Amino acid sequence: MLNKNFYLILIISLVFAISFWIGFNVNLLPAEASINAPIYDELFKILFIIGLIIFIGMTIAVIYSLFKFRKRNDQIGDGIALEGNLSLEIVWTIIPSIIVLLIGLYSYNIYDRMGGMKELNHNHEMMSSNTEKIWAGISQTSDNEIAINNLSIEVSAMQFAFLFNYPKGNFISGELHVPVDQKVSMKMESKDVIHAFWVPEFRIKQDIIPGQPTILNFTPTKVGKYPIICAELCGPYHGGMRASIIVEEESDYNEWFNKNKKPEVNL
Amino acid sequence: MTISIDPQKTNNESLQPKGWLRFFSFSLDHKVIGIQYLVCGFLFYLIGGSLASAIRIELASPMSDFMPRDVYNQVLTLHGTIMIFLWIVPVVNGAFGNYLIPFYVGARDMAFPRLNAVAFWLIPPSGLMLVASYFVEGAAQAGWTAYPPLSITTPQSGQIIWILSVLLLGGSSIFGGINFIATIIKLRRPGLKLMQLPMYCWAMLGTSLLVVLSTPVLAGTLILLSFDIIANTGFFNPVLGGNVVVYQHLFWFYSHPAVYIMVLPAFGLVSEILPVHARKPLFGYTTMVFSIMGIVVLGLVVWAHHMFTSGTPPWMRLFFTIATAFIAVPTGIKFFNWVATLWGGKISINSAMLFSCGFIINFVFGGITGVALAQVPFDIHVHDTYFVVAHFHYIVYGGTVFIIFSSIYHWFPKVTGKMLNEKLGILHFIITFIGFNLCFAPQHWLGLNGMPRRVAEYDPQFQFVNQISSLGALLMAISTIPFLINVFLSVRNGKDSGDNPWNALTPEWLTSSPPPVENWEGEAPLVEEPYGYGKKILNENKNI
Amino acid sequence: MTTLDSSKEIQKNNSEVNETHEDFRMFGLITFLIADGMTFAGFFAAYLTYKAVNPLPDGAIYELELPIPTLNTILLLVSSATFHKAGKALLKDKNSETQKWLFFTAFLGIIFLICQLFEYFHLPFGLTDNLFASTFYALTGFHGLHVTLGTLMILIIAWQSRINGGRLTSQNMFPLEAVELYWHFVDGIWVILFIILYLL
Ligand code: HEA
Ligand code: HEA
Ligand code: CUA
Ligand SMILES: [Cu+2]
Repeated sequence: MLNKNFYLILIISLVFAISFWIGFNVNLLPAEASINAPIYDELFKILFIIGLIIFIGMTIAVIYSLFKFRKRNDQIGDGIALEGNLSLEIVWTIIPSIIVLLIGLYSYNIYDRMGGMKELNHNHEMMSSNTEKIWAGISQTSDNEIAINNLSIEVSAMQFAFLFNYPKGNFISGELHVPVDQKVSMKMESKDVIHAFWVPEFRIKQDIIPGQPTILNFTPTKVGKYPIICAELCGPYHGGMRASIIVEEESDYNEWFNKNKKPEVNL
Repeated sequence: MTISIDPQKTNNESLQPKGWLRFFSFSLDHKVIGIQYLVCGFLFYLIGGSLASAIRIELASPMSDFMPRDVYNQVLTLHGTIMIFLWIVPVVNGAFGNYLIPFYVGARDMAFPRLNAVAFWLIPPSGLMLVASYFVEGAAQAGWTAYPPLSITTPQSGQIIWILSVLLLGGSSIFGGINFIATIIKLRRPGLKLMQLPMYCWAMLGTSLLVVLSTPVLAGTLILLSFDIIANTGFFNPVLGGNVVVYQHLFWFYSHPAVYIMVLPAFGLVSEILPVHARKPLFGYTTMVFSIMGIVVLGLVVWAHHMFTSGTPPWMRLFFTIATAFIAVPTGIKFFNWVATLWGGKISINSAMLFSCGFIINFVFGGITGVALAQVPFDIHVHDTYFVVAHFHYIVYGGTVFIIFSSIYHWFPKVTGKMLNEKLGILHFIITFIGFNLCFAPQHWLGLNGMPRRVAEYDPQFQFVNQISSLGALLMAISTIPFLINVFLSVRNGKDSGDNPWNALTPEWLTSSPPPVENWEGEAPLVEEPYGYGKKILNENKNI
Repeated sequence: MTTLDSSKEIQKNNSEVNETHEDFRMFGLITFLIADGMTFAGFFAAYLTYKAVNPLPDGAIYELELPIPTLNTILLLVSSATFHKAGKALLKDKNSETQKWLFFTAFLGIIFLICQLFEYFHLPFGLTDNLFASTFYALTGFHGLHVTLGTLMILIIAWQSRINGGRLTSQNMFPLEAVELYWHFVDGIWVILFIILYLL
């Protein structure tokens, strides 16, 4: 005869095992194409596993009680008059508190690694924009680069399109081209209503707000073409407000850049 | 010393219409008002559900082919607004609150019966006005959040009607809230202590506090928004120097607490239902009370988690992450306590029980995705995508709506004196549960993989998953059929239930079913232990 | 049960309860005023946020003069005191005195409104000129609406406190107490408004 505790431990370990297995083997996310993406996916995996453990555990507890404690036909009367159990209640206050706190700290760490806690500055060559107040954004700075190589782009959004201004080349494009493995720094402003810039493969999103410039910095890591999606309801054609971001090798990028470059106009 | 409150029968009763007509009158009887709320809410649920069906039909194909794009936006705006302000809020607060609270506190009516009737009668006109706005110049189309500047630039008449009707509904909800607070605190039967009240009273007390503290802010905000639309002021209009993010703060200061306004009463209801059908006392009464109050307090300080990708500075993002995630703790206490209530009981597996257990499972799922959403870095990817849509439907539908159904199965005998058919009830549960999960579970994947919300057209790669979701919605629509049949059949010729078919101990069952006009023939009973199952043997109704 | 509120019903039918059960209409009113106060709180929060983050655009005028609002503050504070006097008089069943004080209070309220209108007409900015102008008008206007309502209610209870056939007696103080509480509330909001809008 095995005792009750054995079964309990068996079931708990099974729940853990299943959750870990699912967490590590089921991929629910799109491709990873920026240095943010693997960091994000790490967080996702942890949250997914913790969530699964809690969810599967609770579901088993409910279904088990329904089954085990169901009223048989011949039974009359009530269940046990158990009104509470202080130590048990303390346990299930403290354990979730700890979990939640740890998750919070961990996601702070993740957020920091994504550059969320960095000071918001837009590395822009033209001094003028440095004086402008930046309201919000994600300022991702990976450690290996400081502002030499990075590419500044100004994004303006309107119903229902994105326009990408390359100040260095003095031209505007409807498609975002960026070289792989280089930090891109975007300053975004909207001309009419709120839009949002979202690239699922990069795991980044930032609202583009009229009257309040925001910034978004990222470093693509994988060559390819990815969708840019507007994620904030902006009118009837909100669903059609899409553009593409093309991540290419530096040489390809330079070719494209030089083709589009316009001479500086000196006024 | 117990003081009896036993008014001699007032003869004013004869002034109130009798029979079914009284449901169309300005009745002051809390039971009539409760039923008015419920039926009115359910009709709006059918309208909101039809709109949801329209959404799912449109999304069955990646093109915008079923309806024009701006109509789609109107449909989703109306769907969200109707479901929240005309179905969930009036039903879990107004309907069950009005019906049950006076019984629970041992009173013959609410504290302010006339205010109560006014609060109800604000709802049908504003709801109809909202639905009718579709036929004017087009209904509002800026989503239920009505973010400016979009809400300022879309056709004005629809948006103004939307504001007006939400203001009226907000007013109704404030009146209701005041009434509930006064009833629970001041109208308690002498001798009944606060800590002896059934849990639903505590839930309603917490909810009403939230209503009173946060709804007025929404009202103020919407007034400012309407000035922007009609009077050309610039509060939220960037062209005139306004600040659009301020609107979002003010709006979510109401609308986050609003989600607890939608779910706390459901927490209360489930705390009433589980002990009865599990034949066990509610586990951990005191901690339940504290966790409700904890949710109320925390709920007021987490609003900015809806704004992680808008103009919020980093420190604010972090504060709101931690505060939000901590709501999982008091909520978790409640869920563990409910499971502990089931543990060791003698559970009757009936429709009310099944819906309640479905609620627990669904809500835990939705709550866990909520805690994930609370993490800034996580939210940045999935904000405004179908992941969020999935999160909140798991909570509002899988949670609150499941509890509304559960409560209907539980209190139907109280209201009508007839039993509902169990077979149809279980069929209803099975279809709803499957349909619901089929509809909303796949939406998590959609959101993670790049489908934004509020779109009429989407990337064709998502078509298959969207069709599964639409199939689920179809099942949900079908599931209302057995329910409606059940209700109609049972009202007419259901099995007689007797006064207390569940052998319950809460005060509403200690009078006849349906109850007399002033709730008790004689004195209101003093129920000191509403959950005293297992302590005393009941002699009556042994057969259950 | 068709009476206005159940408390009366209880009181009417049970003298014992009458002693222990306080009148909860006041409780309801307080709850309502808390709600009302939250509306103002929302407006104040918006104003303060604007002030913190949105600079006044170039060339925009937003200047407030102090004399009129200071006078208005004094008016309202005095009116709170006169209202209090009215209540005291009613408690001693001196109805004519009550009526006198009430009319005086209403008079102060009306002067307040006139001053405010005067201020509106002489301000160098209009409703839609800029963010602060709009917020200023929204806040003071919303408050003015409260004063208007309050003044009307004071006039009504002044009428009701007439000696012959008036409803207001020392036994039925509730209408007066309710309006008084409301009036103090409006008064208090004005003080906050004065500090935030004019002094900060
Ligand atoms: C009744 C409605 C309701 C309820 C109760 C909740 C509950 C919660 N919600 Fe949800 N939410 C909505 C309705 C609701 N929500 C709606 C309508 C929206 C979208 C609005 C819109 O944009 O249109 C939304 C959006 C929303 C967002 C914004 C997403 C975005 O737009 O980017 C976030 C982010 O933090 C969030 C978080 C949470 C959290 C943390 C809870 C918590 O309260 C959940 C707590 C519960 C549990 C966690 C489960 C039980 C606990 C345990 C079993 C203990 C153990 C658990 C752990 C240790 C984790 N919700
Ligand atoms: C609060 C409660 C609530 C409830 C109960 C529901 C219920 C449902 N919702 Fe809800 N939904 C919201 C609140 C709610 N929703 C909110 C707040 C939004 C956000 C809006 C916004 O973005 O602004 C939203 C958005 C939303 C979307 C996203 C739209 C978009 O972003 O583009 C979708 C898509 O699938 C959806 C689907 C559904 C479905 C299939 C149901 C189903 O569960 C409905 C089931 C019910 C029925 C199917 C009714 C059955 C009856 C009939 C069909 C018969 C009709 C007969 C007669 C009239 C006599 N909802
Ligand atoms: Cu731009 Cu949606
Ligand atoms: Cu929220």
